Amino acid sequence: MRYSGLRVIKEALTGHKGWKPVWRDPEPQPHYDIVIIGGGGHGLAAAYYLAREFGQKKIAVVEKGWIGGGNVGRNTTIIRSNYLLDGNEPFYEFSLKLWEGLEQDFNYNAMVSQRGILNLIHTDAQRDAFTRRGNAMILNGADAELLSADQVRAEYPFLNFDNARFPIKGGLAQRRGGTVRHDAVAWGYARGADSRGVDIIQNCEVTGFRMENGRCLGVETSRGFIGAGKVGCAVAGSSGRLMAKAGMRLPIESHVLQAFVSEGLKPVMPGVITFGAGHFYCSQSDKGGLVFGGDIDGYNSYAQRGNLPTVEDVCASGIALIPALGRVRLLRMWGGLMDMSMDGSPIIDRTDIDGLYFNGGWCYGGFKATPASGFAFAHLLATDRPHKTATAYRFDRFRRGYMIDEKGVGAQPNLH
Amino acid sequence: MIINHPLLGPRDAQEFTYLGDAALIDRPDWQGEDAQSRFYEYLYLRDNPAGTHRELWFHEGGDRSWLVVTRNTVSHEILQVELARDVARAKGRSK
Ligand SMILES: Cc1cc2nc3c(=O)[nH]c(=O)nc-3n(C[C@H](O)[C@H](O)[C@H](O)COP(=O)(O)OP(=O)(O)OC[C@H]3O[C@@H](n4cnc5c(N)ncnc54)[C@H](O)[C@@H]3O)c2cc1C
Repeated sequence: MRYSGLRVIKEALTGHKGWKPVWRDPEPQPHYDIVIIGGGGHGLAAAYYLAREFGQKKIAVVEKGWIGGGNVGRNTTIIRSNYLLDGNEPFYEFSLKLWEGLEQDFNYNAMVSQRGILNLIHTDAQRDAFTRRGNAMILNGADAELLSADQVRAEYPFLNFDNARFPIKGGLAQRRGGTVRHDAVAWGYARGADSRGVDIIQNCEVTGFRMENGRCLGVETSRGFIGAGKVGCAVAGSSGRLMAKAGMRLPIESHVLQAFVSEGLKPVMPGVITFGAGHFYCSQSDKGGLVFGGDIDGYNSYAQRGNLPTVEDVCASGIALIPALGRVRLLRMWGGLMDMSMDGSPIIDRTDIDGLYFNGGWCYGGFKATPASGFAFAHLLATDRPHKTATAYRFDRFRRGYMIDEKGVGAQPNLH
Repeated sequence: MIINHPLLGPRDAQEFTYLGDAALIDRPDWQGEDAQSRFYEYLYLRDNPAGTHRELWFHEGGDRSWLVVTRNTVSHEILQVELARDVARAKGRSK
């Protein structure tokens, strides 16, 4: 079933009786060529591209809860490709290009909105650093624009420009950045994968791996054993817990990140803004709520909920930047599990176990990576070679000293 | 979270900064044969358990002591708090 304007009109006139469930609810088969663990954005995108781009046939996505119940449905929906380092920037720019064609590609409205992202500058040193980053972006085919304080003022007149401690001195804008309706990303990829024959098996938790002579033969699940030619793990915040079952220790810690939504307001926030003097980012959803967030709580956690000191810190940062925020009521907040890696960058690689592949370490920036991560993981699973934009995302970079540390803070996951 | 400091009593976790797994106390011997691979594992690899986790917290906004806090990472419940110094000494470390 394809979606179109015509179809919506026809259904409206005939009492909406023609809509069908968007994906099947299949029973697990005894064996697949490729089993992907985790029905988040990355797992579903990988399955979609495996079927669509790499001609793979017998594929399953195994999800312990419902698809989209993890981080793909919990994030603050920001997409951008404003990275500095060579290992990262081509990958994130590839992702942004995939976002730009995504809705036509999978025939689903994901509300991709290129409303622009603006990183604010508060010091001269920060302007130097952002100029350098903007140049790196342009060199990699992305767009970047350095704005003066007056140019920022024209777009965001309500910011606290003349604050004595954190005056706003300009900004680095990426006009092609923006937001995407996160749930629709999971649903669109799921529908696209399902219609190409991928089995999406929900309420099916992977509890272990079946190994023989250093080879992975399949997964033990709450619904029985599922055999697989290849197994790909894409469980984000649960990476440590899952890979421990394969006897692996990862360069990853799980942490909790919170997100916040205010009451609905009339349109005030044209794009995405980030505070450069604290950690705070904000956009406005189409329903009118301000969607914002800040730092992770900072201690290992699998709780999917955070604590009050971070709430206070995020709100204080927000009010420092946007004093008017003090009059806005907070409606709700929640947490998600972050797979914080040791250098702040992800891993898309084979493991030492034959037939077992890993995708994780996304920290709190994995939503924007969803299309490229899915594509690169599909490439790796189908061809056993890394995609050309993901060659740096190897496990052994830590052992060999090739960290991709955008922030330069070292092996301290809660600072990335 | 409230951390029951062995010397100061219950303190808000906000007064502390977090380092990570308490295994970081056990720094490998830099002169050992396998120092390179042991340091790789020490610096980069983590158990990252869902459940009981022993971890290092620094009382930065207080008496500046290092604590080993045993905490459940699923419920955030704190089960035990010790001075890191005592933990290290119990393992035979002198200072
Ligand atoms: C509050 C918050 C804000 C964020 N903001 C942004 C942002 O603005 N921009 C951005 O780019 N990124 C953001 N992120 C990060 C981004 O959401 C994640 O990096 C990304 O979604 C992770 O990939 P995923 O979608 O595949 O993960 P998930 O959706 O978490 O998918 C993993 C799935 O694996 C399943 N699973 C786990 N264990 C098992 C098992 N044993 N068996 C079967 N299934 C299992 C889980 O149930 C889950 O559905 C944010 C994250 C959070 C929490």
